[in-house]
Amino acid sequence: MNKLIERLKLSTEHGKKWVIAVPTLWLVLFFALPFLIVLKIAFAEAEIAIPPYTALLSMADQAFDLHVYFGNFIFLTEDDLYLTAYLNSLEMAAISTFFCLLIGYPMAYFIARAKPSTQSILLLLILLPSWTSFLIRIYAWIGILKSNGVLNNVLMWTGVINEPLAILNTNIAVYIGIVYAYLPFMVLPLYSNLVKHDYSLIEASQDLGARRLQSFWHITFPLSRNGIVAGSMLVFIPVVGEYVIPELLGGTNSIVIGKVLWQEFFNNRDWPLASALALIMLLILMVPIHFFRKHQEKEWESDK
Amino acid sequence: MKTSIRFSAVMFWFGMAFLYLPMLSLIIYSFNESRLVTVWAGWSTKWYGELFRDEGLMSAVWRSLEVAFWSANTAVLLGIMASVALTRFGKFRGRSMLHSLVAAPLVMPDVIIGLSLLLLFVSMTDVIGWPEQRGLMTIWVAHATFCTAYATVVISSRLKELDRSYLEAAMDLGATPLKAFIQVTLPIIMPALVSAWLLSFTLSLDDVVIASFVSGPGSTTLPIEVFSSVRLGVSPKINALATIIILIVSLVTLAVWWLSRRKLQREKLAK
Repeated sequence: MNKLIERLKLSTEHGKKWVIAVPTLWLVLFFALPFLIVLKIAFAEAEIAIPPYTALLSMADQAFDLHVYFGNFIFLTEDDLYLTAYLNSLEMAAISTFFCLLIGYPMAYFIARAKPSTQSILLLLILLPSWTSFLIRIYAWIGILKSNGVLNNVLMWTGVINEPLAILNTNIAVYIGIVYAYLPFMVLPLYSNLVKHDYSLIEASQDLGARRLQSFWHITFPLSRNGIVAGSMLVFIPVVGEYVIPELLGGTNSIVIGKVLWQEFFNNRDWPLASALALIMLLILMVPIHFFRKHQEKEWESDK
Repeated sequence: MKTSIRFSAVMFWFGMAFLYLPMLSLIIYSFNESRLVTVWAGWSTKWYGELFRDEGLMSAVWRSLEVAFWSANTAVLLGIMASVALTRFGKFRGRSMLHSLVAAPLVMPDVIIGLSLLLLFVSMTDVIGWPEQRGLMTIWVAHATFCTAYATVVISSRLKELDRSYLEAAMDLGATPLKAFIQVTLPIIMPALVSAWLLSFTLSLDDVVIASFVSGPGSTTLPIEVFSSVRLGVSPKINALATIIILIVSLVTLAVWWLSRRKLQREKLAK
């Protein structure tokens, strides 16, 4: 009997190892390891070959020859285009995050304060659009924003404007698209934070004479800090590298890093330069990603 | 009290209008007779016919569904394991690494994931000869990878709040941990598994950037096809396709919502 229990324990221990190892190995192989290869190729030289870059390590005269090439990074500092693209992307991400928060916070607040039975249907309504094709919803904005599109037609018909507004292919269109696409990512973490708040705190503050707005700023808002951080990171970080929305809604003069990387890779076929661009973007995003990860870990531990 | 509620209500319905207006305009213009998307020329369903006759687009649809199906299966399987490890095993070596590996893909920009995975596949072909060429297989690997992160978030948040006493009862009655997990835990977390699967499926069905990097000749998925046709110009066929997608998603959502509500009501009655 004791032996049996021993065996059972052993096989459980064994099973545990597998449960940990399989997803870890998969993610290391297909998520973490690729970054090392990006690092390697960022220091290679572009070549007209398949694959289009030089080998970092080669055998020449029976000796290993380590060939590290810094040219890609030097090139990035020489052309203003790249610095502009990084700064534009960061600005775009910051402004879009702000507007997502501005619209998303009251929405999340409204859902969290609704009757429990209606909360789930309201959440569903927020999520439903994000389950239909993202690409097609961005495409819909082209039809709305262009100079003879729905918005201009309505505004001209009602007499608000006399001439069509040029919105498509400007930064405004890009902002509209990004806020539109990323709004649910802001609302969800805010909602799951706000819904956990203890309402008696608000009541207590009001019994003590606080006005509605006062108790919001002094109680609800500080308590929702975690939700704000999570939502903002879920919007800010991916938007820095956003490609599809600036490509479809922004004009040729909206230069963001996602677009530049795409062009270097697909149009110029300069894989090493694209890798260098990705590497720098990754370095910039390291801090917010670390922040996000720490935060996620806390969430994971907290309500256990 | 009133003013703040009213403000959030106004913002909520404004946000809703913002989210649904584009979808409404897609649906309306899919029934437009005219080729020009902005000029109304009367009701017609001819673009739906055109859509189904477009063989390139239709085969892309099937390809995408296939990739999404397998990506979702893989992601849910890996997600279950990762969630169990993170919520059930306490402290173990590599726990914090697994945390990072699950959290980072949630926010990592698509262009970085796509580029780095492509470079990995190219190097692998060089070193071990697999994958021989890039295609649906490489898209499946890429999608399964980032969907695993989302699936893990959904599943682990359910596993966390699960009452452990059921599991302990089963094990007291002699079930092995694996048997207890399959017969007790899995049925309870089934709704979370379904929503993790659906989320992975739609994420895979939606991805254009990563798929563009890792796809090969002959493996054009629906988003890649749509993206190239949108860049060439607006086509009413895309509106028809959008309307069908919106219809299917709404019906599935409604069905899931209705089923879960009925289950909830039954549980209430049972109590």
